[in-house]
Amino acid sequence: METKMRGADIVIRSLIAEQAELIFGYPGGAIMPVYDALYDYQDQIKHVLTRHEQGAIHAAQGYARISGKVGVCLATSGPGATNLITGLADAQIDSTPLVCITGQVAAHLLGTDAFQETDMMGISMPATKWNYQVRRAADIAPAIAKGFFIARSGRPGAVLIDITKNAQVELAAFNYQPCQEFRSYKTHHPVSDTAILQAAALLNEAARPYLLFGQGVILGKAEAELKSFLDKSGIPAASTLLGSGALSQEHPNYVGKLGMHGNYAPNLLTNQCDVLVAVGMRFDDRVTGDLSRYAKQAKVIHLELDPSEINKNVKANVAVLGNCKESLAKLTEAIASKKHESWMAKFRALEQQENEAVVQHDLMPTKVGLTMGEAIHHINRYKADDAVLVTDVGQHQMIAWRYFNYKKTRTQVTSGGLGTMGFALPAALGAQLHDYSRQVICVVGDGGIQMTIQELGTIMQTKAPVKIVLLNNNYLGMVRQWQQMFFDKRYSFTELDNPDFIKIAEAYGIKAKKVSERADLAEAVEDMFIHDGPFFLEVVVEKEDNVFPMIATGCSVEEVRLN
Amino acid sequence: MKRYTIFVITENFIGILNRITIIFTRRGINIDALTASESRIPGVHRITIEVTVTEETVIQLVNQIEKIIDVIKAFHHEDTGVVYQELALYKIPVSRLDGGLEKIIRDHHAKIIAAEPDFVVLELTGHKEKTRELLEILKGYGILEFARSGRVAVAKRMLTIDSFVN
Repeated sequence: METKMRGADIVIRSLIAEQAELIFGYPGGAIMPVYDALYDYQDQIKHVLTRHEQGAIHAAQGYARISGKVGVCLATSGPGATNLITGLADAQIDSTPLVCITGQVAAHLLGTDAFQETDMMGISMPATKWNYQVRRAADIAPAIAKGFFIARSGRPGAVLIDITKNAQVELAAFNYQPCQEFRSYKTHHPVSDTAILQAAALLNEAARPYLLFGQGVILGKAEAELKSFLDKSGIPAASTLLGSGALSQEHPNYVGKLGMHGNYAPNLLTNQCDVLVAVGMRFDDRVTGDLSRYAKQAKVIHLELDPSEINKNVKANVAVLGNCKESLAKLTEAIASKKHESWMAKFRALEQQENEAVVQHDLMPTKVGLTMGEAIHHINRYKADDAVLVTDVGQHQMIAWRYFNYKKTRTQVTSGGLGTMGFALPAALGAQLHDYSRQVICVVGDGGIQMTIQELGTIMQTKAPVKIVLLNNNYLGMVRQWQQMFFDKRYSFTELDNPDFIKIAEAYGIKAKKVSERADLAEAVEDMFIHDGPFFLEVVVEKEDNVFPMIATGCSVEEVRLN
Repeated sequence: MKRYTIFVITENFIGILNRITIIFTRRGINIDALTASESRIPGVHRITIEVTVTEETVIQLVNQIEKIIDVIKAFHHEDTGVVYQELALYKIPVSRLDGGLEKIIRDHHAKIIAAEPDFVVLELTGHKEKTRELLEILKGYGILEFARSGRVAVAKRMLTIDSFVN
């Protein structure tokens, strides 16, 4: 006869069976039996106590994005669970695999407004790939098995499993069966050879083909296939925000970044290519600008895993469904080897214009105030090739993304789709805890850091050697930039009276340094990297700098502005 | 804009209808009618949704519905691609019954399915246009209550539910 165990033990044993090594969480009444069980398994699974549930879920996201594994998060019912919602929405829109387990009031109290009861199924439904409420101990293991399978397979996403307290304390047999398939869920479509041939025919005829790659390349582990495809096809390639790192920026076909604050040539020339190949990207509005004037002249080939993304924003002439690891490899075989030198030269010429009009002033400014760009420039000088850049949301995010030298895959963690301020600090913690030996650089603004600044406490407790670079302009800079450009400089509630960040960092036992002069910047960045342990570097930057190039809302990609 | 019937073949799990309707709510699309019931395969439910949208929108709706983990299959048809039926019930006070009403019942092929001391209930199955026509007439007979079901439909296409399940 099988021995029975508590539902709470089943939760932990199931997580261990799924090879979860690290849980981020916060205890409370309705999840206490699980925390009690966790006490017995500390040698097999680690738990990090964050200072807020939002910190826990963003840390799990950072961990998942860097490790490629499923991030795991634990919270109690009611407010503990609702504090996860921003992270769930963020993970879901950025296709980050997460399994969040929340405690829930006992089954007999469901629907009665019991203490710390909240309808987590209802609340989390629009923000998850799948959610499920477990009310019996026997259902825990199958739900967790299904949850992990759903979170990591197909287009990854956020899963929430709500477990009532009675299920955690009742007994059930434990015999873990991983989930590999079920009838209502198709992880991906097989790649159609006909579609490959159609795509190859378009590409072989193309005079000005252009490739856009997104995070799908990283999620599909198709970095090598992308590189082979580009080597053979000779096609210029540009990256989305989340795709950055999928291709080394030193690759000869790499031409820059797409989107509202991307590079000049990649945006402008979108409307001059004759065949547009989109790989693992979803034509987000921040990439396309005005859709009615986006790449209308081009035949579009869309390599995409998720059928609901096909024709959603941009009509595809050829849609190649399936994992791009497979489709890119097949397409590489089917195309002719080519070079597109004069077309590539167009990108390089415009790149030169951007360098003169924007980049030089950002990276090697002659004016008095420090720029965000020069801080990133110095980071590039000292960082390792596989250093991870974690950013928050706003001007610093766009500048850091624009100037960080991406050389390796899975070196980028940022909140792309949702644009969650407060994301960076906990996400950097999670990325660092996956690998203490790797450089993790958290670039953050003075607005965003104050949304989750309490996670400095978790950094203190875990001794995670995160390098925090605060680019402080005493403004909510991106909003201020829009107010300057589109609202007559009416700076409505964007200026911040900030605390002494150095004292705060030091109060958490984190070595800190503040730089306001150009002459001190290089040494400070070097000190930060040399220091063994977490470091907090505050760089006081020019208050009213703007991020350019820019495609203003409602404008076309060809209306990208250099100033 | 056109009228479409969306068929959803789904596992019968708690919350599935909620997940489906969220897709309409997000886009600000009104569901004209919706029916749900068990299919001929136990545990598999069949939901029929009537909606008036553009073809582009209905395709996106169907793609997003099919993306729901517990949905087995979703597809859509124009009215010409389905055989459909609706059922309407009309509650009429007994005091207003007369010879004229008898002729109306005969002409419309309606049925009296219940007779109580104070009222009778008429039943009519047919397309919306037909049930609406009878409603207009019965307004002259002091109609007390009117209820119409959502559309139930089968596709003309020769595909069976078994080809989606398993």
